Amino acid sequence: MSIKSPESNWFKPPEGSERLWVGVALVWCMVMFLAMPYWHFKGKQNSTGESYAVTPAEFQKRVNRFVETNKVGEKNGIPVVEPSPGGDAYLMGQMWRWYPILKLKEGQTYRLHISSVDLQHGFSVLPININFQVLPGYDHVLTLTPTSKGIFQVICNEFCGIGHHLMTGQIIVE
Amino acid sequence: MGNFLEGRYRTCNTTGLPVCLDAQFFIKAHAVAAVVFFLIGAIAALLIALTRWSAVHLLPAMWFYRVLTLHGLNMLIFWIISFEIAILYFAGTSLLNSRLFSRKVAWVAYVLMVVGALMVDYIVLIGKGDVLMTSYPPLKAHPLFYLGIIFFAVGTLIAVFNFFATVYIARRDKTYEGSMPLVAYGALAAAIIAVVTLLHGATVMIPSFLWSLGLVEHIDAGWYRLVWWGLGHPSQQINVAAMVAVWYFMATLTTGAKPLNETVCRAAFVFYILFINLASAHHLLVDPGLNASWKIWNTSYAMYLAVLASMIHGFTVPASIEVAQRLKGFTRGIFNWLTSAPWGDPGFASIFLSIVIFGFIGGITGVTLGTEQINIIAHNTLRIPGHFHATVVGGTTLAFMGLTYYVVPLIFQRDFYFKKWARVQPYIFASGVVLLSLGMSFAGSYGVPRRHWDVNFTGAPLSAGFDAAAHFFLGVLGIGGILAFTGALIFIVLTVLAVFFGKSIAGQPFHGWQPAEKFKLSMEIFSRKKDEKFEQIAHKVPGTVVLVFVLLISFMVYYFANWKALADVWWVR
Repeated sequence: MSIKSPESNWFKPPEGSERLWVGVALVWCMVMFLAMPYWHFKGKQNSTGESYAVTPAEFQKRVNRFVETNKVGEKNGIPVVEPSPGGDAYLMGQMWRWYPILKLKEGQTYRLHISSVDLQHGFSVLPININFQVLPGYDHVLTLTPTSKGIFQVICNEFCGIGHHLMTGQIIVE
Repeated sequence: MGNFLEGRYRTCNTTGLPVCLDAQFFIKAHAVAAVVFFLIGAIAALLIALTRWSAVHLLPAMWFYRVLTLHGLNMLIFWIISFEIAILYFAGTSLLNSRLFSRKVAWVAYVLMVVGALMVDYIVLIGKGDVLMTSYPPLKAHPLFYLGIIFFAVGTLIAVFNFFATVYIARRDKTYEGSMPLVAYGALAAAIIAVVTLLHGATVMIPSFLWSLGLVEHIDAGWYRLVWWGLGHPSQQINVAAMVAVWYFMATLTTGAKPLNETVCRAAFVFYILFINLASAHHLLVDPGLNASWKIWNTSYAMYLAVLASMIHGFTVPASIEVAQRLKGFTRGIFNWLTSAPWGDPGFASIFLSIVIFGFIGGITGVTLGTEQINIIAHNTLRIPGHFHATVVGGTTLAFMGLTYYVVPLIFQRDFYFKKWARVQPYIFASGVVLLSLGMSFAGSYGVPRRHWDVNFTGAPLSAGFDAAAHFFLGVLGIGGILAFTGALIFIVLTVLAVFFGKSIAGQPFHGWQPAEKFKLSMEIFSRKKDEKFEQIAHKVPGTVVLVFVLLISFMVYYFANWKALADVWWVR
């Protein structure tokens, strides 16, 4: 009993409505559990956590090389970079910008490498609302296929200091 | 037979439970500290809500993050754990009919906890700890920030040790017969989870402290997150276990309820202990470095067995109330037992609202957001605080408020002033929390980030922002915040007035919330043996069955709607 010791024969299986509910709840829990492996194989949106160790300096070098080879324009002084479909793209989180602006093609798949060269950041694409964590030291690889056209805003959703709200970027999908 | 020391105990005039006077002293001390931290956290909450409400946007950026740090630490750690230590001391002594193991140990724990918390608050307020509650490296705070948290955690561990030792001497001295009461069992589950949680805290905070001193060169961001969330999320499961124990306790005290089946309730607590710590994964679902099978297994608490536990408690508590009410003669229709419940008793109103908010908002959103893939459309958005304000504030805090309405008269032996205000307070607070939580959840579904000062991104080199609907929901958040703060303030004022200036009712029974005869009837129903009539009613609890199936259907709708929303976003893996 709640505030007194129970009667000594308290060990027994549930009965009646309680038994029904425990059974139904257990089935629902199993459904929810199996949904995740199912989606992992059949679904198109997954978080596999693919990543590689990289130092911030090395990552910055790769980003610069990526910008030099693939730059197609400039916007507000920020390079606009178009990776080749099926190829690698780089996005650097830094206090307080996402660098560079990416130009992608609808329906094409890219290996997008995201990392931070300082604090932790949060990669968040609006208005479609997909979100991934970005950590210094980790080259987080998202195999990404944009399925809609437009200009998408990238914001930071992990606190990164006083200028956190200034940290924006862009992905243009054509 | 109790093992109390001569002259160091009394019998409660209301419940007839024994009260160890040493435990009583520390219950009071921890409860007072808890309410002070709650006040600090509540003021911070109001300022944050009024800043997130984009039309008001009260604080400047620096103070927003500073106050947010203060809010998180005081509410999620200092208030709630201090209160839980008070619950452990109560459950270990009064329910087990035992004395507190050691006064000296209790003093050491108390001083460490209070000093640690004050150190942290001081460092944050002077601007040396603008790292938010999570203090993710490479963000670095002043060494005393980490040291304060270590002090608080060690103090808590010592207090938990004192509780375990009390359970041990109670068992050794055979102060109770048979198995321990269910509420004490739940408290024990909370204490075990607390130890696991606090060890994670030590594992992550000690290196962080050395790092802030310059003695350790590097802390890996991914490692820190993995271990820190072994503290951050499971510490909320201490709250869940303690809250459920309080549900059972208050259901008995206010309606005379007793669990239908002890085995089921106890098994559910065991599920918490075994599986709930895996929830460290909940905040790491879109992290690099952790693979899908790790994420799926851990986020589901091993096939959702801890969720099953909560679904069980969500049934057994209302069902036990239903049975008690039906035994009193409220047998008409499906819901007569519920409509005739003591809704004017703030103890009852608090826990029932707590069950509803925890289940319908907190539970459903939590499991859905913690689904590995769905987290992609939820991580670090306002949907996350939308979830945990329903669990920790609408659930745990509200249940603890309900308990306080009995702790003050029964332990402090003081009467409340302005009882009418106390009777409406749970409703004001609950509606505020519901609005706050829904505002956050809906704003978050547009992608509005949590922990963010300006969602208009004023001054950013590339513009960004949200449409009017998202701003509307931020307004709902703000209004909910004001309402919840009002409820919290009424609670604090009433409690402080009663504790420090209330009329002493030592030596008299307390019947301030329900007439004496109703309380007597409840206790009479409670102390009856489980006879055939009880079992007959217990097998068929139609009201509760309707309630839980409404919950299940809401759960399914919300869950599958989220899969649909996920299926519409860009392909990613």
